[in-house]
Amino acid sequence: MLLSPAILALIGVSAVVSGLLLLAAGFAAHVLRHWDIASGSERQLRLERGTYLISTLVAFAFAAELVSLLLFVYNAEAMATQFVGAMCATGVLNVNAWGWPTLLLKIAAFFGGALWLLLNRLDNQGFDYPLIRLKYGLLLVLLPLVLAEALVQLRYFLGLDPDVITSCCGSLFSPDARGVAAELAGTEPHWALLGLYGSGAAVLVGAALYLRRGCGAPWLAGAAAVAFPVALAGIVSGVALYVYEHPHHHCPFCLLKAGHGLIGYWLYIPLFAATAYGLAVGALAPWRSIPSLGAAVAADTRRYAALALAGFALFYGVATWAILASNLTMGWTWW
Amino acid sequence: MSHPLRRQRYLIDFTLASLWRRRGKNLGLLGVYGLIVFLLASVMLFSQALRREAGLLLEGAPAVTLQRLLAGRHDLIPGDYLTRIGRLRGVSDQYGRLWGYFFDPAVRANYTLMVPRDREVAQGEVLIGAGIARTRGLGPGDVLSLRSAGGTAFAFRVAEVLAAEAELVSADLMLVGEGDFRTFFGIPAGMYTDLALEVRNPREVRTVAEKLVTLLPDTRPILREEILRTYDALFQWRQGIVFVLLAGSLLAFVIFAWDRASGLSAEERREIGILKAIGWETGDVLRMKFWEGALVSLAAFLLGYLAAYAHVFLADAALFAPVLKGWAVLYPQFRLVPYVDGLQVATLFFFTVFPYTVATLIPIWRAATTDPDAVMRG
Amino acid sequence: MIELCEVTKVFHEGLPNELRAVDGVSLTIAPNRITVLRGPSGSGKTTLLSMIGCLARPTSGRILLHGRNLSGLPERFLTAVRRETFGFTFQRFNLIQGLSVLANVMLPAYPLAPDHGELVARARALLAQFGLKDKEAARVEWLSGGEAQRTAICRALINDPEVLIADEPTANLDSRLSREFMGIMDGLKAAGRTLILTSHDPEVFEADCVDRVVTLHDGAVLDP
Repeated sequence: MLLSPAILALIGVSAVVSGLLLLAAGFAAHVLRHWDIASGSERQLRLERGTYLISTLVAFAFAAELVSLLLFVYNAEAMATQFVGAMCATGVLNVNAWGWPTLLLKIAAFFGGALWLLLNRLDNQGFDYPLIRLKYGLLLVLLPLVLAEALVQLRYFLGLDPDVITSCCGSLFSPDARGVAAELAGTEPHWALLGLYGSGAAVLVGAALYLRRGCGAPWLAGAAAVAFPVALAGIVSGVALYVYEHPHHHCPFCLLKAGHGLIGYWLYIPLFAATAYGLAVGALAPWRSIPSLGAAVAADTRRYAALALAGFALFYGVATWAILASNLTMGWTWW
Repeated sequence: MSHPLRRQRYLIDFTLASLWRRRGKNLGLLGVYGLIVFLLASVMLFSQALRREAGLLLEGAPAVTLQRLLAGRHDLIPGDYLTRIGRLRGVSDQYGRLWGYFFDPAVRANYTLMVPRDREVAQGEVLIGAGIARTRGLGPGDVLSLRSAGGTAFAFRVAEVLAAEAELVSADLMLVGEGDFRTFFGIPAGMYTDLALEVRNPREVRTVAEKLVTLLPDTRPILREEILRTYDALFQWRQGIVFVLLAGSLLAFVIFAWDRASGLSAEERREIGILKAIGWETGDVLRMKFWEGALVSLAAFLLGYLAAYAHVFLADAALFAPVLKGWAVLYPQFRLVPYVDGLQVATLFFFTVFPYTVATLIPIWRAATTDPDAVMRG
Repeated sequence: MIELCEVTKVFHEGLPNELRAVDGVSLTIAPNRITVLRGPSGSGKTTLLSMIGCLARPTSGRILLHGRNLSGLPERFLTAVRRETFGFTFQRFNLIQGLSVLANVMLPAYPLAPDHGELVARARALLAQFGLKDKEAARVEWLSGGEAQRTAICRALINDPEVLIADEPTANLDSRLSREFMGIMDGLKAAGRTLILTSHDPEVFEADCVDRVVTLHDGAVLDP
C-alpha cells in the first residue's frame, strides 16, 4: 500500500466515523425500544440526556463523511503521478477493482448523511423530539452503508500497488470500451445535453413552484433525484467535451484540474449541494402536520428549496457558460 | 445581526472570557496542541517543497534517457545508435550526452563532470559549482588540479563559479569542454555516456520507449515520468513513515485532550451548574464548550502552521533536514520555495483538529449534562 | 397559578438506596404573594423548589403553570419556560467568579440573544434600582455579602420573570441584611411579582410580608 498522510487521514477518518456510528447505533436501538416522552422516569431522563451526546456525535460523524468525499477525490487527483498510465483521478481509481465502488459508496454516504443532518436539524426545533424514532431508525439504516464504505475504501487503499499499470480516462471513457462509463461516453452529445437541460428545467420549475405555492415537495425531490444522474451523464457526454475542446475526451475528473480553471468544482459542488437540498425538501415536507414542527417545516423547506434552486441554477449556468465559451464548434454535426 | 448569529456571538463572548479566566491551563493545552500541529505541518511542508523542487528541476531533464547495458551494468553508448534510432514518431530531438563522476581524495567528495550543450567551454577551462568552490576554496582565475584516468595531473583554470540559485543541481558540478572531457576520462570519440530523447506528447513516451527497446536490445530507456513517480512515492512514503512514527505522540495528545476535557475542576463544574440554573439549556452549554474547543483548535492550528512555515522556509527545516534530505559531504545550500496546498491543509486538519474534537466530545457532553439542581444544594 | 398534584420525586428508583425526596405533595401557589417553604434539611424543600422552578422533572404527578402541564416536557422546552417565568437566587449567591457585576447580571439573557445595547441598558437599570450602579464594573469577588445578594437578585430579574425563587436567601446574611432582604421582597411583591422562598430562618418566615408558610417534613406537607 502507499503510505501517504492523505491516505492515512482518510482511513483514520472513516474508522473513527464508523466507530462513532456504531456507538450511536447501540443508543439508537435503546431509544427505539424505550423512548417515552411523557414519562419522568430516570431511564427517560437518561435517554434525553444521552440524545444530546449521540445526536452531536452522529452529526459530527456525517459532517466528517461529507468532507472526506471531497478529500478522497482531491487526493485521487493528486496521486495521479504515482501510477503508470494515470493522468487524472480516473486512472487512480482504476488501479484495482475497489476504486469506483469506494467513490460510489462515498457519494451514497454523502447524501444519506446530508439528509440525516437536515432531518436532525428539523427535529431539534420541535420541543418534544417528534422525529426521534425516525431519526434513529434512519441511522440504523445508514450504518451498514457507512461501514461498507469504510471497508471498501480500506481494501482499495491496501490494494494500491504502484506497479500496476492502470488505464487512464482516454481508454476508460472512450465509446469503444465496455462498461457503464463507456455507455455514458457513448451517448450522443445532443441527447446528453437535451437530457441535461430537460431535467434541469424540471427541477428548476419544481423548486420555483414550491417556493411560490408551498406544495409539490415530492415533485421537487423526484426531479432532483433524476437530475443528479442525468447531470453526471450530461457532464461526461456533453459538457466535458466542450471544456476540453476535444470531441472524445470524456473524463469527469480532468475538469478538476487547474488547467481548466478548476471548473469541475464550480460544477460538482453546486450540483451535489443542490441535489441534497432538493431531496431534503422531499424528506422534510411530510412532517408539517406535526404540531410542534409545522412552522419549522415550512421555514426550513422554503430555505432548502431556495438553496436547491440557486445551486441548480449555478450548475446549469456554469455548464452553459462552458459550452458557449468553448472553442469547440461542432456546429451541425451534433445537432 | 440575525438571532442565531447573535446568540453565537454572545456564546463566543462568554467562551473567550472563560478561556481567559483559566488561562494557565488553556495556554498549556494550546502549547501542546500547537506543537503537534507544528511537527506534522513541518514534515508535510518540507517533503512537499522538496518534491516540488525535484519536479521543477526534472522539467529540464530529457523525457527519455537511453543507457547501454553491458552484462547488466551501465556502459558507454556508441553515437551511431542515434542513426539506428532514426526518426521515431513523436521524438522532437535526440542527442548524445557526456557526463561522469570524479572522486577527489583531497576533500573526499564526488564531483559531477559534464559537457554542457548550451554553452562552449574553452579548452583548459572549467566552470565549477558553488559547493566545490566552497570546499576547495576556489574562485575565478584559480587553478584546479585533478588526476586523470591516465594518471597524469590535469590542470583546469576556473573560468566561472556557477550561480548560487542553481545550487540544488550544480553544487558539485564541473562543466568542461568536450575535448578535455574525453582526454581526462579516456573516452574515445564517437562514444557517449548516454543518449537523450525529447518527446513532446507525454502520452507517447511509453510507445517510444517500447520501440527503443525493440530496436536496441542492449539498451534501457529511463523515463522522466518514472523518476517523478519514484520521487513522489519516496516523498509520500517518507512523510507517511514519519506520521506513523508520530502516531505515538498523536495518541498521547488525544489522551491528554480527553483527560483535560474530563478533568473539570470543581469550579468549572459549579459554573456550568450555575449557568444551567439561571436559564442556559444543555444545548447552550454544549455549544459554548464546543466554541471553546473550536477557538483553541483554531489558535493552535494557526500558530502551529505558521511556526512550521517559518521553520521550514525561513530556518530551512533545521529539525528534520537530516531525516528527509539524505547525507552527503557537498551539501547544496538552497532556499526551498514555499508551497501550500488545500490537500495538505485538509490532511493536517484531519490529523489534529479532528482527533482533538472527537476526544473531547464525550467529556464535554458529560460536563454539559450536569444536573442544575445539584447547584441548588450548594 | 402554580398547581402541584401528587408530585413525587424518587432517586435511584429500584435500587437498594432508593430515596423518595418528595412524596405525593399537592400544593397551590397563589400569584402575587410571598410563599415560604419551611422545614429541616432532608425534608425535600429544595427538591420541591427545583421542581416548581422547572429545574427538575417529577417522577410522577403533575405540575401546572397557568393551567398548562409542564411535567411531561423535555428539558429543552422546560428551560425556555423557566427562562421566561422564573428567576433564581441561591443560598451561596452562585455568581460567576472572574466576571464583572454587569456581566453576571446579563448572563441569563445570553441564550435569548437580545439586542446588546438594549440588554446593557436593562441591566444598568436594575443595578441602579438596587443601589449598585457604581459597582457595575467591579469583580464579584470584591463585593460584600449584601451587595452580592443584591447582584444575585438583579441577575434573577434580568429576564423580567413573573416568579422569583430564592433558596435559603438569608443563610449568609446577618440579621440587618436579612431584614433589608425581606424589605426588597416586599417591594417586589408590590410590583406584582410572585415570590417563593425556602428558609429555616425566623427572620424570613416570621416576617410580616409573608403571606403563607408551608411546612415540609420527610417529603410531605405538614400543614396545607
